Amino acid sequence: MTSSSPAAPQGRERRTRDSRVGDKIFMNLARGSGILLLVIMAAIAGFLAWRSGLALSNNQGNFLTTFEWAPDAPKPVFGIPVLVVGTIVSAVIAMAIAVPVAIGIALFISHYAPRRIAQPFAYLVDLLAAVPSIVYGLWGALFLVPHMDGLTSWLNEYLGWTYIFDQTKSGTPRNLFTVGILLAIMVLPIITAVTREVFRQVPRMHEEAALALGATRWEMIRTAVLPFGRPGIISASMLGLGRALGETIAVAVVLSSSNVLSLHILDAGGGTFAQNIALKFAEAGDSGRNALMASGLVLFVITLLVNGAARLIIARRKEYSGANA
Amino acid sequence: MKLQRNGRSKALAIGAVALVSSLSLAACGSDNNNGNTTASGSSGSASAAPAINCGKSGSLIAAGSTAQGTAIDVWKTNFSGACSGTTINYQGVGSGAGIQQFNQGKVQFAGSDSALKPAEVDASKAVCTGGQAIDLPMAGGLISLVFNVEGVDSLVLDAPTAAKIFDSQITKWNDPAIAALNPGAKLPDADIQSFHRSDDSGTTDNLTKYFAAAANGAWTYPSSKTWAAKGGQSATGSAGVAAQVKQVKNSISYVELAFAQTNNLKSAAINTGASKPVEATAANAATTFAKAAISGTGSDLALKLDYATKDEGAYPLVLVTYEIVCDKGNKAETLDTLKAFLGYTISDAGQKAAGDKGYVPLPKELTDKVNAVIPTLA
Repeated sequence: MTSSSPAAPQGRERRTRDSRVGDKIFMNLARGSGILLLVIMAAIAGFLAWRSGLALSNNQGNFLTTFEWAPDAPKPVFGIPVLVVGTIVSAVIAMAIAVPVAIGIALFISHYAPRRIAQPFAYLVDLLAAVPSIVYGLWGALFLVPHMDGLTSWLNEYLGWTYIFDQTKSGTPRNLFTVGILLAIMVLPIITAVTREVFRQVPRMHEEAALALGATRWEMIRTAVLPFGRPGIISASMLGLGRALGETIAVAVVLSSSNVLSLHILDAGGGTFAQNIALKFAEAGDSGRNALMASGLVLFVITLLVNGAARLIIARRKEYSGANA
Repeated sequence: MKLQRNGRSKALAIGAVALVSSLSLAACGSDNNNGNTTASGSSGSASAAPAINCGKSGSLIAAGSTAQGTAIDVWKTNFSGACSGTTINYQGVGSGAGIQQFNQGKVQFAGSDSALKPAEVDASKAVCTGGQAIDLPMAGGLISLVFNVEGVDSLVLDAPTAAKIFDSQITKWNDPAIAALNPGAKLPDADIQSFHRSDDSGTTDNLTKYFAAAANGAWTYPSSKTWAAKGGQSATGSAGVAAQVKQVKNSISYVELAFAQTNNLKSAAINTGASKPVEATAANAATTFAKAAISGTGSDLALKLDYATKDEGAYPLVLVTYEIVCDKGNKAETLDTLKAFLGYTISDAGQKAAGDKGYVPLPKELTDKVNAVIPTLA
């Protein structure tokens, strides 16, 4: 964007004036983009709040405790607990699987793999991020679900006593656990890409200092790389979590949704906000659409809270991580 | 792959954008097979050409039910093939959204799986100056109870038994209630995997209407587009549940005939109280349509289907999809095209073309009535 006139013969004077104009333009562009973003966010929030208000005033059930979702019935009844639980549970499963694996991949690429392998491997991981979610959904429905039977029954048999892995209903494993695994695969490239870049920026001096003190490679990673990269890992995870919370079509294709609230994650059932909106929107009437907007607002708020929490954590970590050394 | 270099975070943002619903914007009128000299075997289009009265050329915009999407596609291709200069754009956005767009004046007609509600008719008066919206039955359908049970080739169910299966009151295939209807069949001692639609759907609406009317109280929920029962598993879309039935042993679900046919699924016959169980065939559904009463007044031809019919060879689990138009006050510039298109769809050729795609051609008793209404549209 900035106009850097190459080798202007007029000398210094002209170049500075040029760059002043450029600075001004760029500053205004940047400021405009910032303002535009805030305006858009406010407009989305305002629109959702307005429509939600319309929906909630019609609701005959309790928005926070009703399990059913029937906003177009003569007596509209709808509520979000099933969706809140489903969204959070599936996202937590996804993060529990994806974050450790992503850190492992990132460390492999940045510190273990020979350069020859690391580069194409990194490209490959990035490529995963470019696969459309409907493709993940179809892969999940047609391949992953039929192949989850073994793991599901193993978990049920040996970990069934934990309640959450207790499978109480027979049927195909189109459940929140499978959705969590699918989401883990979907968020993996995002988390990997960001953490990898952070690990690459660990000051060489720190690493060499650790090695010079007699640390093995793993000890070096533990003492120099991971503490430095922690804020990066957290913000990468938050990016991934954002996608997991909002994933729509892949969940809609894989999950056997129902309005039953259950923490038996191996039982088919449950639902997520985005999936519910995708499924109900097409046939929804006025009241149904407003109700879906209300659920969208809740998802919006949850995402904001999660991001806010992440910012807080990063801000606190900065003080004593190696980043400021 | 713009992932590398400058735009990493941008690419991440793109990844987070989710596709809410895919509108099928089929290209309009690309097959300009004027004169229809193509082989006569294909989907009745060959016989259709001479019968089509094109009317004034123009373009029609319509939206609504996905259930009649395939029929509209065929009609559109045949009609705009025979009438160059006319394009029809139908968006399968769902019945509810279709009616909504119609009442906002955005489309010339809407496709709907259920007849207009009084409130929707009232709302239409703002768009139909001097008139109101009416329902014209245009394509019939039947819902098959499709099953996949090892060793069972034909299955007979009745409404109460089917309702109890879908409500998880009957959970085993060798339940006495099922065995009583299927003497001699080798029913396995296996759990029934029942599948329903997870999205709101006109198919669910019609199935539950049928249960409410014919299941003698075995179905305790009100009929609605949203699945109300607690048990069973769900899948998205007719194609989704059909795929599950195909994939999962000992399963049962409900889909429209076309989906049962394309997925090679077996359909249960229904014991209606007639002398022998009624198979899920188009001919048997047409028998039910022929006896349906008109519940609309004036030129509104909304049907009242007799779900509890005990007539011989009348398959009770049927649905009819309507085109919603104004009786008076249609947009003047597209009125002629609209009449011509609707005239074609209800013609024998139009009904046959839809029939080849898994719909149920409406019987002559009904098409005559629709044919009488179309010229009166204004």
